[in-house]
Amino acid sequence: MTKNCHNDYKMKFSEDEEFPDLSLHNNHMAKVLNKDMYKKLRSKSTPSGFTLDDCTQTGVDNPGHPFIMTVGCVAGDEECYEVFKDMFDPIISDRHGGYKPTDKHKTDLNFENLKGGDDLDPAYVLSSRVRTGRSIKGYTLPPHNSRGERRMVEKLSIEALATLDGEFKGKYYPLNAMTDAEQDQLIADHFLFDKPVSPLLLSAGMARDWPDARGIWHNDAKSFLVWVNEEDHLRVISMEKGGNMKEVFRRFCVGLQKIEAVFKKHNHGFMWNEHLGYVLTCPSNLGTGLRGGVHVKLPKLSTHAKFEEILTRLRLQKRGTGGVDTASVGGIFDISNADRLGSSEVQQVQMVVDGVKLMVEMEKKLEKGEAIDGMIPAQK
Amino acid sequence: MPFGNTHNVLKLKYASSEEYPDLSQHNNHMAKILTPAIYERLRSKQTPSGFTLDDVIQTGIDNPGHPFIMTVGCVAGDEETYEVFKELLDPIIEDRHGGYKPTDKHKTDLNPDNLKGGDDLDPNYVISSRVRTGRSIRGFCLPPHCSRGERRGVEKMSVEALDSLSGDLKGKYYALKNMTDAEQQQLIDDHFLFDKPVSPLLLASGMARDWPDGRGIWHNDTKTFLVWVNEEDHLRVISMQKGGNMKEVFNRFCTGLTKIETLFKDKGTSFMWNEHLGYVLTCPSNLGTGLRAGVHVKIPNMSKHAKFEEVLKRLRLQKRGTGGVDTAAVGGTFDISNADRLGFSEVELVQMVVDGVKLLVEMEKKLEKGQSIDDLMPAQK
Repeated sequence: MTKNCHNDYKMKFSEDEEFPDLSLHNNHMAKVLNKDMYKKLRSKSTPSGFTLDDCTQTGVDNPGHPFIMTVGCVAGDEECYEVFKDMFDPIISDRHGGYKPTDKHKTDLNFENLKGGDDLDPAYVLSSRVRTGRSIKGYTLPPHNSRGERRMVEKLSIEALATLDGEFKGKYYPLNAMTDAEQDQLIADHFLFDKPVSPLLLSAGMARDWPDARGIWHNDAKSFLVWVNEEDHLRVISMEKGGNMKEVFRRFCVGLQKIEAVFKKHNHGFMWNEHLGYVLTCPSNLGTGLRGGVHVKLPKLSTHAKFEEILTRLRLQKRGTGGVDTASVGGIFDISNADRLGSSEVQQVQMVVDGVKLMVEMEKKLEKGEAIDGMIPAQK
Repeated sequence: MPFGNTHNVLKLKYASSEEYPDLSQHNNHMAKILTPAIYERLRSKQTPSGFTLDDVIQTGIDNPGHPFIMTVGCVAGDEETYEVFKELLDPIIEDRHGGYKPTDKHKTDLNPDNLKGGDDLDPNYVISSRVRTGRSIRGFCLPPHCSRGERRGVEKMSVEALDSLSGDLKGKYYALKNMTDAEQQQLIDDHFLFDKPVSPLLLASGMARDWPDGRGIWHNDTKTFLVWVNEEDHLRVISMQKGGNMKEVFNRFCTGLTKIETLFKDKGTSFMWNEHLGYVLTCPSNLGTGLRAGVHVKIPNMSKHAKFEEVLKRLRLQKRGTGGVDTAAVGGTFDISNADRLGFSEVELVQMVVDGVKLLVEMEKKLEKGQSIDDLMPAQK
């Protein structure tokens, strides 16, 4: 492939002259990247022309937060994870609990393998949701893609979604053609995504050409939703009120597989390999890319001294009900799986189902003034 | 920015119409000029450093513009951009710079002796005087495109040149990333400190990458001559002082600039300049002289006069609030500066400011006395 002109131009400068100043930085990339690694990788580029500096720009521009560990790098195409393996592998290991370059990731989207999950107490569990991302093979990713590529991803996605019927029958709303009424409705439904404002995403070039070829598709029942060309090619979401996670997961798996079948027919399957599972823009979403979670009322448990410990042992994480970085309101928490890579979809949703069931039981005990010491789980 | 040229080759797989941007909501110079035919002809090209058409126009696609303010909507990534993408940039330059033609020649005149007067603007009205311009160092890519190595190279060369200045130009460099809290506070108090760009116009063109690496502020001991390194251009050079002695401000400006340019030449490089576009800068709006000379002047009566806008137009001046472009005037005090950049020399532009402000102050004095200013109305310059 033709080489990347400006990258060759940069080679005139030594690696010392080009190496970023990471002295104030606290993100995964800054922890891992050193001068030797930079020297080794700086002359490379993927077949589509993504370079090391392209991968790391967001982590250079955003030093991070003292308490939150951001990833600090992105992929511009599927090949990044191979060409820049020397950098991505240790980052993946650090972020995904010691996952090794030789490890294999298991994909399991057979919802029947999930045990239980249909009886989470709706007096506590207000809503259930599962989301993931998918990248379409043969197209570069949001940090790098051109308008032509992004529009093809949109076109293929609309075609695939238009073939869905029954419970999945729905409609696509492109961001650049939305009426005011449609926009208001999507906002009221909490479906509408907006142009990214996070500097993490902006530095990686993901907001280019906004809102061209971005849109939202949802089924008539508003329980299955797809975002096109936001942070990944596709974000797929299944959700409903109440605690029937089994049903949410069933719809998730069935819908995803129907969509994948249509893409495969056109020779555009999803990016996937047996080491990294589903390949997405951000290394934190590799593997399943899955976040399965509930909004659950735990006013007593959340103020218990052992709350954090319990979450860690259950391999769950908490967020406020506005999503990542928000605070909880009225003792209601978003509880979801912490893992993405190294366990399957079924395994991760099972952990959510079992973990939330246990926490609701603990909440009930605490309501009655009883101790929960005997219920503290072992580390999963 | 992640627009590798391998990727430009890959993009050619798609038809021009598939890649052409949606500019239906847009109101900027680039959107007025770009057509599918121009896009098709230019999309396969790149400059020697690898800057492409999409790189040039990305900021104008991402920022549709304002219904009342006409933004440029494109930037240069290197000196060659203006040649390789001539077909797009020439009409934009013509539209922005009052009909300046591709065959026109721009005159540079940095001889302060050629300025007539300017040392006697009434300090009861003229509170401060300032001249600024930008400079690009030949051989390096511009802020939208430069690598860290290049940016640091620009900083190193600039600091070496500035460190050799002497006399009333002797000064010190403050790198943004090494600044102590005390230094930072002093620079803020002096109104010298520039911050990481927040304007989406600049962010979308990649100018804030690697911030604050390679960025800094140099100023002389008397705080009348200031250089910004690696903000929106390689160098921004500013001469300023309280009061109305624009002649002295311009003297210092020319002397300082010429000394700096000589120092660069001694090192085997120079500023980007050609006889058609004058000084080559990142934004097409700053071509030519890149010069904005202005004063903060108290004209509460004049500014409310029905003919104020007309007078400014005829004098080829523009008004801004005292906070800079897009700010409102406070207490009848305005920032009045030259409207032109290209097609007039530095001396000519500063002359227009000196003569124009002198006239505006005379008009203000007449209006204070309740007299008419009809016989003072100038002809169109």
